[in-house]
Amino acid sequence: MKEVKIKIKNLSVYFNYIQALNDVSLEIFENKVTCLIGPSGCGKTSLLRSLNRMNDMIYGFRMKGEVLIDDIDIYDKDIDVVNLRRLVGMVFQQSNLFPKSIYDNLIFAPKILGVKDKSELEEIAEKVCTQTSIWDEVKDRLNESALNLSAGQQQRLCIARALTVNPDILLMDEPSSSLDPVSTSKIEDLLFDLKRNYTILIVTHNMQQAARVSDYTAYLYLGQLVEYDKTTKIFTNPANKQTEDFLTGRFG
Amino acid sequence: MENRFKGNIKKENSSNSIIDNLLIGGIRIISFSVIIIFILILGKIFYEGIGVINWNFLTGIPKSDISKGGIGPAIFGTMAVSIIMLILAVPVGIFSAIYISEFAKDTFWLRLIRASVNSLAGVPSIVIGLFGFGFFVLFIGKSIDNILQTGMLFGQPAIIWASATLAVLVLPTIIVTTTEALNSIPLTFRQASLGLGASKWQTIRYIILPQARPGILTGVILALSRSIGETAPIMFLGCAFFLPNLPLAYLDLSFVQIPIINPADQFMHLAYHIFILATQSSNPTLTAPFQYGTTLVLVLITLLLNLTAIIFRFRFRKIIEVVNRNQ
Ligand SMILES: Nc1ncnc2c1ncn2[C@@H]1O[C@H](COP(=O)(O)OP(=O)(O)OP(=O)(O)O)[C@@H](O)[C@H]1O
Ligand SMILES: [Mg+2]
Repeated sequence: MKEVKIKIKNLSVYFNYIQALNDVSLEIFENKVTCLIGPSGCGKTSLLRSLNRMNDMIYGFRMKGEVLIDDIDIYDKDIDVVNLRRLVGMVFQQSNLFPKSIYDNLIFAPKILGVKDKSELEEIAEKVCTQTSIWDEVKDRLNESALNLSAGQQQRLCIARALTVNPDILLMDEPSSSLDPVSTSKIEDLLFDLKRNYTILIVTHNMQQAARVSDYTAYLYLGQLVEYDKTTKIFTNPANKQTEDFLTGRFG
Repeated sequence: MENRFKGNIKKENSSNSIIDNLLIGGIRIISFSVIIIFILILGKIFYEGIGVINWNFLTGIPKSDISKGGIGPAIFGTMAVSIIMLILAVPVGIFSAIYISEFAKDTFWLRLIRASVNSLAGVPSIVIGLFGFGFFVLFIGKSIDNILQTGMLFGQPAIIWASATLAVLVLPTIIVTTTEALNSIPLTFRQASLGLGASKWQTIRYIILPQARPGILTGVILALSRSIGETAPIMFLGCAFFLPNLPLAYLDLSFVQIPIINPADQFMHLAYHIFILATQSSNPTLTAPFQYGTTLVLVLITLLLNLTAIIFRFRFRKIIEVVNRNQ
């Protein structure tokens, strides 16, 4: 069984006079990993960010079309954006840990959600760190500034932090761009675990990774959706010539 | 092949370095002259003033002849006025800055607010003083008296109105420095916080304000040190020539009496006291050491405040640097 979690209908996104997305329609399936690929500047981040309305705060942002999650229009007037973002978690392209301790980064969101019990907070912190396989590296330095961590560790901590609110949908913008092969494969294992409970959208420039982790792949080019299908289909027998060129590196 | 380095990269063959050296030398002399002026002023005040400073001078009550006694009430009055000034100015300033940097969209109104703040910063302090007298004493104070039937309680110059006027004077400083401190917090933290499902206010309260705190404190301290040196705005607002009693009221809790600043009282003030010593003395040679002593106290307080501000600014810059390195 295959349930549609997110329905994107004729979505166009503008930043002032730049059109970042042009009439994109796409259905994202529940408990699957969907991968967005495409050349730099094609609108992957813009698409991801319209799913938790992070684009709203960008000056000059306008959009046309609809985004439905569980059949609810998230751009409806009576949507509480704050609650939406608790259900649609995001890992940003650049790691953006707060200049606070590792532990404070991890308990920031739970605390805001009203968790006060100290042992419960500690439990959450340990759980998400174990999930992202960073626990052994941080467990003895939880009170150190998170900015002292290496770039790869910071990235994994960002993923861990995104899990602390226990979202339904997880948006990941190049989550393993500065990770070594070992941590990358740990993140990929994590994705397999996570997709049992979450719907995952992931942007990556690493084609092998896209092929390994995702169930569906969308290829975007110049703000348009060129092709969207099962990953196995896209990587073995793409319907579109452009997709094939991009995947085989004959692009540009 | 010709060697292009030979004969080209030596200093002596280059006109670059001559002009550079001349310019840098000139700039260096000019900047040193600032230091020298600073040291001369400070040295003179220190040399002339240190002699009269002792415990009695700092805490004592002035005698009717202003060439005797201490400046205790003036120090106390300065502190009292400044504390109430901060209580009034800091919340208004910080909330205005939060509104400007976090909520106001770039519209006609935001530009109008910005322009008003900047113009307010340029208004001469004597004008602010006259405004304070007209607005706070004659308008607000008198109106309160009329409504509450309190006779002449509020409608006269007093600490509270002097503080309010100084608050108006320093408000632009606080608003501008706070706005800058808030604006220097990178967008990525706001995104991280909002992306985790924090509300706008929670983001400001838990992420932005804590990071901007040293920057805000710097502005508050600079505002404080500016207000302490001002004479013009408080001249019409209850600053007294000679007032041996401290402006205190007693909160009666039957078993104990707690002294509090009486905001309806008149007060003495260091800056104004210097002005009086310099202009109202019948025997300038006698009062001169007191004048220097009082000035030294005022300068030391201001220096101390500025030093604190520098330390905060240093810490703030370090935070921002760490953050930027990680972008
Ligand atoms: N904040 C913004 N303001 C203005 N234009 C923007 C903004 N963010 C993105 N754009 C524009 O939107 C288009 C799509 O950008 P987007 O960030 O979605 O690309 P991307 O596919 O994520 O690229 P990359 O792989 O380099 O991250 C680009 O032309 C970009 O210049
Ligand atoms: Mg991107």
